[in-house]
Amino acid sequence: MNSSNHPTLPLTSFWNDTGKCGVSAWVFSTDHKRIGLLYLYSVLISFLVAVLIGLLLKIELMAPGRTIMGPVTYNALFTVHGVLMIFLFIIPGFPGVFGNLVMPIQIGASDVAFPRLNLLSWWLYITGALTIVLSLFTGGGPPDTGWTFYVPFSVRTGTNVSLAVIGVFIVGFSSILTGINFVTTIHRLRADGMAWGRLPLFVWSIYATAWIQILATPVLGITLLLVVAERLLGTGLFDPSRGGDPIMFQHLFWIYSHPAVYIMILPGMGIVSEIFPVFARKPIFGYKMIAFSSLAIAGAGSLVWAHHMFTSGISDMAVLVFSFLTFVVAIPSAIKVFNWVSTLYKGSISLEAPMLFALSFIMLFSIGGLTGLVQGAAATNIHIHDTQFVVGHFHYVIFGGAGFAFFSAMHYWLPKFFGRTYSEKPAMISWGLMFAGFNLTYFPMIILGMKGMPRRYYDYLPEFAPLNLISTIGSWILAAGLAIMMINLFMGLLKGRPFGSNPWGGATLEWTTPSPPPTENFDEEPVVTHGPYDFNRAGVP
Amino acid sequence: MDPIIQTTNQAVDPVFKFIIGICILLFIVISTVMLVFTFRYHRSRSPKPTSVADGNIWLEILWTFIPTLLVMAMFYYGWAGYLALRNVPGNALEVTATARMWSWSFSYPNAKTSRKMYVPAGRPILVNLVSQDVIHGFYIPAFRVKRDVVPGMKNHVWFIAPQKGSYDLFCSVYCGTEHSKMLATVEAVSEQEFNDWLNQVESHHEKISGRKLLETLGCLGCHSLDGTAGVGPTFKGLWGSKQIVLTNGKERSVIVDEEYVRRSILDPKADIVKGYQPIMPVNSDLRENEIEELVEFIQEIGGHSK
Repeated sequence: MNSSNHPTLPLTSFWNDTGKCGVSAWVFSTDHKRIGLLYLYSVLISFLVAVLIGLLLKIELMAPGRTIMGPVTYNALFTVHGVLMIFLFIIPGFPGVFGNLVMPIQIGASDVAFPRLNLLSWWLYITGALTIVLSLFTGGGPPDTGWTFYVPFSVRTGTNVSLAVIGVFIVGFSSILTGINFVTTIHRLRADGMAWGRLPLFVWSIYATAWIQILATPVLGITLLLVVAERLLGTGLFDPSRGGDPIMFQHLFWIYSHPAVYIMILPGMGIVSEIFPVFARKPIFGYKMIAFSSLAIAGAGSLVWAHHMFTSGISDMAVLVFSFLTFVVAIPSAIKVFNWVSTLYKGSISLEAPMLFALSFIMLFSIGGLTGLVQGAAATNIHIHDTQFVVGHFHYVIFGGAGFAFFSAMHYWLPKFFGRTYSEKPAMISWGLMFAGFNLTYFPMIILGMKGMPRRYYDYLPEFAPLNLISTIGSWILAAGLAIMMINLFMGLLKGRPFGSNPWGGATLEWTTPSPPPTENFDEEPVVTHGPYDFNRAGVP
Repeated sequence: MDPIIQTTNQAVDPVFKFIIGICILLFIVISTVMLVFTFRYHRSRSPKPTSVADGNIWLEILWTFIPTLLVMAMFYYGWAGYLALRNVPGNALEVTATARMWSWSFSYPNAKTSRKMYVPAGRPILVNLVSQDVIHGFYIPAFRVKRDVVPGMKNHVWFIAPQKGSYDLFCSVYCGTEHSKMLATVEAVSEQEFNDWLNQVESHHEKISGRKLLETLGCLGCHSLDGTAGVGPTFKGLWGSKQIVLTNGKERSVIVDEEYVRRSILDPKADIVKGYQPIMPVNSDLRENEIEELVEFIQEIGGHSK
């Protein structure tokens, strides 16, 4: 952690103005910005490890038969890839990193409502993460169940499922506490004049996300404890020969895990809603519809979980209801896309790194969303369920959508907190490589699924070979872009040119305070007199 | 309900065309508009924004209403196709597919069993799905049908093979180490050929050889006959050899003999050979003479020779 004085930076910022530095001043800090950066480093480590595992998986799938590893290793690695990416990167990533760094400043608060609870959340995250890491190297070795932990396989397997799900359980508590903290903060700590109608759309999206974290995560906790009880005590809850039901596990699991994909994507939508107006110099189109659709997605998204189970043997009536509700959720997402695109109309658009990532978010998220329609329809779902199509769709939504939004936010907001910024050219090159590599990696999966290749497949028939090879080559281009992006970003943040208080010309409150901000965020308490995208009245036309 | 029996492909493929067609159209419209705006209103061509419009209620109504119509149409067609997949035609031939880690077995009304799924082309087939261990998935991409095989649950699926030929059958639900090897073939043959095959009864007196049993039971998915490393120990050179096994978590050494092989077949978790996972399923449905055959065969091919 770099807490040394930069000669060109303001001498008083949260990096040094408390006079506290060293490791303990960070890991025991209750400053939301320091906690946000702790989250940044921790989730990025999980992300990069999971990326490396993903690359190994793609190399294994480069050709039929054994390439670099056996099936036991492959199955463990795809499980660990999923667990790290989902439970340790993308779910805690947005609230933990950008929710912490940006949200309190955007509402004009000096910190979150419960700063010490916030620190506890990070510690729970780290405890859970270390428990998961421990599970890989102890007992029967890394779990080989897939991140979904489906019973009865997860109860039978000799691998270290119990410890891994306890780790996920602990991380879940971190998520619940963050949700409670953020809802309270947004309700209670808004600055004078920060009416609900003036909340930045990122704050709206974090607000909707926080409610899902509070309401849905406890269900996951209970489900995972039941798996542990099943394994250790033999309770028989999911065992049909003893009156249990394996399908009940799937219901419980998806009651959390479907809303969880909205924890992953809603903040990304909020970020895009911040970036489009700033880089098009125009107020966001349809503020109320975008804010409302976040809440609608959070609400309706909690009622669609069984669309993961159309082939499982649930009743036809259940298929009818859940297919219908799934299509209902598609509508608010479509409304958002139309409003974002309309924001560009008659604007003055500059294509800097955050905007490039945000524009590609629209395209990749659209492919993700539209392929979701193919899965929402009952008849077509039957053919593509549990195939590579689902893997492609999911990566388009979560990597192309949430991931690209995360990268966009890294380029947009991190310089604010480091006071220094990256070089534009390598950022654009890395974006180009990532966009091309991404489509090469994941589009072939959509076609492979249509052709019938199941997912979680260590080996495959020769007819699937050419598309798998293209996908593997794509993953190398994607990884190269990612490496350039990370190196450029962090070199710039630590050693780059200074970043002024408002170089992008944003009208939200975080741009009214110095870069990096002081510990209390604002030199004097802000009073809000205009909306979040009213550039004229903010004096940044 | 529907007097004209359609194939499962005919129930699903038009829905695919409808939805994917609309999706491609929507994607082209959204990306084109976005790219045109980005180009036309790029700062080099549009140095200042020429509008401060921040919403339009009629546009919002329009782009709420049209997608709602589109997705409701998709929902309806999807549901109609799904119903066809669920309504089993009355004259369907019943076959039971039994899944286990990691093999399929198919049994017919006359108790004949087979590793390949023979079906008469053009005739509806009703498949009852039985799992002996974890959840598997019965998936024939060529016929667009899939149904999970859940232990303790009565699931079924039906299809028609429109033409004679061989079709792939996959396991679609991840089920452990050899999930991707859990394949079977659907052989669609003429009605005549099918009936000949079905009635060609293997004599009960004729002993089923040990090798055949290993194949049909799926043992060879994990245990090789030629010394190749697999998920389980190879049978080659096994008989009479000394093995280190874990019994109730304690290491001990055993000489592979009839007693040991029998125990390993009937109660696989009793002794786990060191370095292997305790994942072998229990074989409680074997008959005594089949166990004898298996032991004999393992002894035969596994003669410990140095």
